Amino acid sequence: MSIRIYVPGDSAARSVGADEVALAIRTQGPLRGIEVDVRRNSSRGLFWLEPMVEVVTEHGRMAYGPIDVADVSSLFEAGFIHGGDHHLRLGPPEEIDFLHSQQRFTMGRVGVVEPASLEDYIANGGYAGLQKALTMTPVAIVDEVTKSGLRGRGGAGFPTGIKWRTVMDAPADQKYIVCNADEGDSGTYADRMVMEGDPLMLIEGMTIAGLTVGATMGYIYIRSEYPDAFEMMNRAIAVARDAGYLGANVAGSGRSFDLDTRLGAGAYICGEETALLESLEGKRGVIRFRPPLPAIKGLFGRPTVVNNVLSLATVPAILAKGAESYSSLGVGRSRGTAIIQLAGNIKRGGLVEVPYGLSLRDVIEGYGGGTATGRPIRAVQLGGPLGAYFPADLLDTPIDYEAIAALKGLLGHGGIVVFDDTVDMANQARFALEFCAAESCGKCTPCRIGSTRGVEVIDRIMANENRAANLIVLDDLCEVLLDASLCGLGGLTPFPVLSALRHFPGDFDRTPA
Amino acid sequence: MAFVIETDFGTPQQTGLPVALFVDGTPVTVPAGTSVMRAAVESGVKVPKLCATDSLDPFGSCRMCLVEIEGRRGTPASCTTPVEPGMKVTTNSPKLAKLRRGVMELYISDHPLDCLTCAANGDCELQDVAGQVGLREVRYGYAGENHLSEQKDISNPYFSFDPAKCIVCSRCVRACDEIQGTLALTVKGRGFASKISPGDMLFMDSECVSCGACVQACPTATLTEKSVIEKGQPDHSVLTTCAYCGVGCTFKAEMQGNEVVRMVPYKDGKANEGHSCVKGRFAWGYTTHKDRIYSPMIRKNISDPWTEVSWEEAISYAAGELKRIQERYGPDSIGGITSSRCTNEETYLVQKLVRAGFGNNNVDTCARVCHSPTGYGLKTTFGTSAGTQDFESVEETDVIVVIGANPTDAHPVFASRMKRRLREGAGLVVIDPRKIDLVKSPHIEANYHLPLRPGTNVAVINAIAHVIVTEGLVDEAFVAARCDTRAFDRWREFIAEERHSPEVVETLTGVPAESIRGAARLYATARNAAIYYGLGVTEHSQGSTMVMGMANLAMATGNLGRKGVGVNPLRGQNNVQGACDMGSFPHEFSGYRHVSDDSVRSMFEEAWTVTLKGEPGLRIPNMLDAAVDGTFKAIYIQGEDIAQSDPNTRHVTAGLAAMECVIVQDLFLNETASYAHVFFPGTSFLEKDGTFTNAERRIGRVRQVMPPKSGLGDWEVTMALSNAMGYPMNYSHPSEIMAEIARLTPTFTGVSYEALDRLGSLQWPVNATAPEGTPIMHVDAFARGKGNFMITEFVPTDEKTTDRFPLLLTTGRILSQYNVGAQTRRTENVAWHSEDLLEIHPWDAENRGISDGDLVEVASRAGSTTLNAVVSERMQPGVVYTTFHFPGTGANVVTTEFADWATECPEFKVTAVQVRKTSRRSEWQDAYHELRSETTKRRKKDRELDGAGIAALVGGV
Repeated sequence: MSIRIYVPGDSAARSVGADEVALAIRTQGPLRGIEVDVRRNSSRGLFWLEPMVEVVTEHGRMAYGPIDVADVSSLFEAGFIHGGDHHLRLGPPEEIDFLHSQQRFTMGRVGVVEPASLEDYIANGGYAGLQKALTMTPVAIVDEVTKSGLRGRGGAGFPTGIKWRTVMDAPADQKYIVCNADEGDSGTYADRMVMEGDPLMLIEGMTIAGLTVGATMGYIYIRSEYPDAFEMMNRAIAVARDAGYLGANVAGSGRSFDLDTRLGAGAYICGEETALLESLEGKRGVIRFRPPLPAIKGLFGRPTVVNNVLSLATVPAILAKGAESYSSLGVGRSRGTAIIQLAGNIKRGGLVEVPYGLSLRDVIEGYGGGTATGRPIRAVQLGGPLGAYFPADLLDTPIDYEAIAALKGLLGHGGIVVFDDTVDMANQARFALEFCAAESCGKCTPCRIGSTRGVEVIDRIMANENRAANLIVLDDLCEVLLDASLCGLGGLTPFPVLSALRHFPGDFDRTPA
Repeated sequence: MAFVIETDFGTPQQTGLPVALFVDGTPVTVPAGTSVMRAAVESGVKVPKLCATDSLDPFGSCRMCLVEIEGRRGTPASCTTPVEPGMKVTTNSPKLAKLRRGVMELYISDHPLDCLTCAANGDCELQDVAGQVGLREVRYGYAGENHLSEQKDISNPYFSFDPAKCIVCSRCVRACDEIQGTLALTVKGRGFASKISPGDMLFMDSECVSCGACVQACPTATLTEKSVIEKGQPDHSVLTTCAYCGVGCTFKAEMQGNEVVRMVPYKDGKANEGHSCVKGRFAWGYTTHKDRIYSPMIRKNISDPWTEVSWEEAISYAAGELKRIQERYGPDSIGGITSSRCTNEETYLVQKLVRAGFGNNNVDTCARVCHSPTGYGLKTTFGTSAGTQDFESVEETDVIVVIGANPTDAHPVFASRMKRRLREGAGLVVIDPRKIDLVKSPHIEANYHLPLRPGTNVAVINAIAHVIVTEGLVDEAFVAARCDTRAFDRWREFIAEERHSPEVVETLTGVPAESIRGAARLYATARNAAIYYGLGVTEHSQGSTMVMGMANLAMATGNLGRKGVGVNPLRGQNNVQGACDMGSFPHEFSGYRHVSDDSVRSMFEEAWTVTLKGEPGLRIPNMLDAAVDGTFKAIYIQGEDIAQSDPNTRHVTAGLAAMECVIVQDLFLNETASYAHVFFPGTSFLEKDGTFTNAERRIGRVRQVMPPKSGLGDWEVTMALSNAMGYPMNYSHPSEIMAEIARLTPTFTGVSYEALDRLGSLQWPVNATAPEGTPIMHVDAFARGKGNFMITEFVPTDEKTTDRFPLLLTTGRILSQYNVGAQTRRTENVAWHSEDLLEIHPWDAENRGISDGDLVEVASRAGSTTLNAVVSERMQPGVVYTTFHFPGTGANVVTTEFADWATECPEFKVTAVQVRKTSRRSEWQDAYHELRSETTKRRKKDRELDGAGIAALVGGV
């Protein structure tokens, strides 16, 4: 009998040598007369432990990590195929502290299953949501999603059910579901983990969305930096289609829905939904003004649901387990679970799915273990490169859209980047403007010219040139960006800049002592 | 002198139900869908703006037009925010002022500060808005990253592109996309590096067609007319009508004194709605070209040199000659030709001179060689010699059928409108031997292209009708209610015969039967389907039959009498419709009334106080035949160059050479003038005062923007000639001529200069029942009562390919040149097209060893000429194509005397030819070249053409 061994095949694990580890296990097993059946799951999001190898034993799975190729022979020698003791043995994966206390409502199958295996998927609760949906009216589905309290996980936090209702009620000969998988925020990777780890979940979510609003076609717009995710999604779509879960007769319902993928071309701005639609239509990725909302006039001018990967991926479980199962979690208007991605200067980087309401400190220090350097945390940036910087003394803020917004911050897509006390916040502010200049689509004037001027002004401030006057210019520029920009790129750039100025004014004072 | 002021409402007009709102406390009501910006302008408030203009969809990029709306967060852009009932908009507040100044400060931080020496000084929206928002300081300084050293692109002869002054508002890109539909421009790069680009190449090397829409849209000096750079800003402007094609665009002539600075399309012009093409917008330089003749000239013999004389002398000489000839050879030995290039008033006067002054009906017009079959065919079936729709109608059309027309080259401004509808999803059928641009161009693709063999139009239209009749696609209710059912039944029986089926005619026409069936179904089942056609229909031996075939089709499918449908000729010349309306044909008075109709004739006799002949006079070909026979001796030709434009050039020149007095009235010593004894210098449209009538029957004012350079208006010359001949004419202004036309022409009853000034333009019929004109004809009933189905038997032309002449030559036009080229050849338009070329399919080229650029001889039984070849897959095997813009090419040396059976419209579109490689030009060209240079040399005053001029005249050979 062969021994089943899981070595993650997602890009995070591969980047730290998972392919080599898998190969070594496959090679050494037979040499040792052991029949190994190496399967490629994906990372569960405990990145400091990758490559994390899991062996299926009679008592369940046993995890070892982080495994280097050089460790493989010692693993065999330690009898890891039966869960044998080894200095890298972590115990059953689900009992690892970092994972054990999470509530993986959405991400539960990630790392457990083989990504494009329909058998694994269904065995682990997959397609239960669609089956449920097929018994419901579109209105009932929209009600259920609305009741769950699910909000757009791309960052804007707009209630998903309300968006779906708008598209459902819009009369049209053709509607579309578009999945925004252009995950461009620095320090975020949850979308990639879904696509590389549980792609069928996204397909199921989009299928439900399509059947609900009356769309027969969906597109997944994947950033060009995610070639593995692109390939995995295509594989999974083919699997779903072959099994009748996509196509002219979805799950035997007589209803039609199909999916295709599109690869981006390296523009951050195409994560903005209207620029994404332009890009999907084959045009330059520039912002469209709103209204009309994409829900009324979206892809090719038709009513379109544009949802983030996580929003769509959460829907199957909501339907399968009921809205209550989700809405009972969380705090205030932030219901369900937050999918936090820890990055930057962090000891235990990885994905944390917990109910809304935990404090930033719970996550950063509790799960993340503080900085990797061991130095004190000075600032954290929430919500990607255009999110605000919070100083250490705001870490008790709960993870809650409204609480963070009240402090002029953004939760965004759930990325948290941690900095220790060596960070220069003036440089960080400059970086935000530089990022805006690099990624501006160039349509609106504040962002097109203002971002470049912003870098120049901040350079003058840092060079101590007319500092007081230039600080006023910078403040005025931020006001123009904030209030006059066409989209969030220009409109949010002031957040990191102003938060750095507000919380760390001293960093901008380069007056020679 | 004043400017024609146009208000820019910022965003396009909407048509929704009324919505009431408040702008700065002022109540205003606008249609639903209107932007807050437009509502503000309508309430009298000018919100600062840069990227918005009312000819383009809102874009929302400049962020100058931000406003505050009660109950809404933030500061939305007024251009992209639609109005809502009860909305309370504030357009000015300290917050908004600060934001606008902040945005303007950014703009100016990347803009040259050379306003005083800038070509747009005084006509720059950036300058205006900077003033409006009160920018006083640019705190960023000017040392930062910028575009100030970007290189100018001056490759286009008419405008320059200066990226250093660009504010990247995309108005040019959007104008090219939305208005022109060429999509030649884009924004390259992103962020601060964004810049306008015609695709990484010079404008002249790009797909740009130089329509001027981008220049018009540009709010700064980035895209500027070179004439403005050279001359400066105009001091006044005058509204007038373009003198090129039958679209009849309204332009503002922007002037400095008597000099044109630029021609700008007028937004309220109904034919063009603010759009233009390279000809009307830019190619007006011919009006002051050094070849123009400003003095009358006479000579005894055509071999003599010209002598410049006074107007009095010229007119008295001409009148004396005409009288002498009539005395010697009889009253019918002279005649006249009216011009489709001249005004209605001028044309009317020439035919009046012939009928009343010459005392015969020997008057004809150049419509003879273009749309005479339209007149005949539509009159026979519908009762009116004109198209059925206005141009706007195409916006409601669901299936467009284009037959024998190439609108993107020949009627570009209407083509843009058509393309906009096609981009919105209308179906398209193209029936043309060539793969014209409409068949496939950006965002447009014909559902069916029927690449028929030249000369088989009627077979194809019959096959389409056959499908409609036999597949039960006839609109029986329409036919029963609106048409002569006996005629219909006869036609139905005829057309249902199997010999008309697509399958049977396939071998004849070369069009796959399935394509014909598909096209027929598409046309017949559309909600609104419309036919647009050109000279590819009329210039055939069965031109009139084909026109009737299309009329049958429209009647059978009920596609008449409302918006979006109809049968629409795309008229070639600016006033060909008007020339026909004015009684230019030998058999008709104005308004298409036969000269044999006693009641009509007696009305004219009473008004003109003469006795008029009741028999039709000679048509142009008859006049020339009679001249060769020695019975026709003198002709007065106003503004037509029959020696170049009419078929079988050698026959035409033989006729002219046989006459004793040829009077030519023209801007230039044209080809016909080589055979003239009297030359009257004519006026360009800029010097004319009168009206033109376009292809949609729209009568538009041509306003004089400068006095006649020769001292007299063309109408004054005709009047003087008439008076000298003893028939008195006494008009003090062209408006008096129009008053006479209105008095004597039922379809023009309500036309007057006062009404035209008040309403802008009028589509005839204009009378008591339609005092403001008739955009769409035959709404409740046909002009003739019941629609008349005509039997359209296909009779193949006698012009057939043989072993000796195995190819078919068809001719046409190109965008940058216009007809005989007398005007456009004398402009910078030669930069695009400096010679006529022979297009030939690769197979035919290979068979003959011909490569791109080779000099080839094209020979028919009529004659031969040479030109350079272009090997092109736009052609079908067996068919070659050329244009006729350059006289030295002699395209019409090759065409034959075959003509439409009903109207003698020449069969320009079908000539059997052989093509072979050659190394020397044809004998005709040698002779032409010699004659031309002799004529030039013999001109008394030293106005010698330079070498380049001669080269252009002989077509670059």
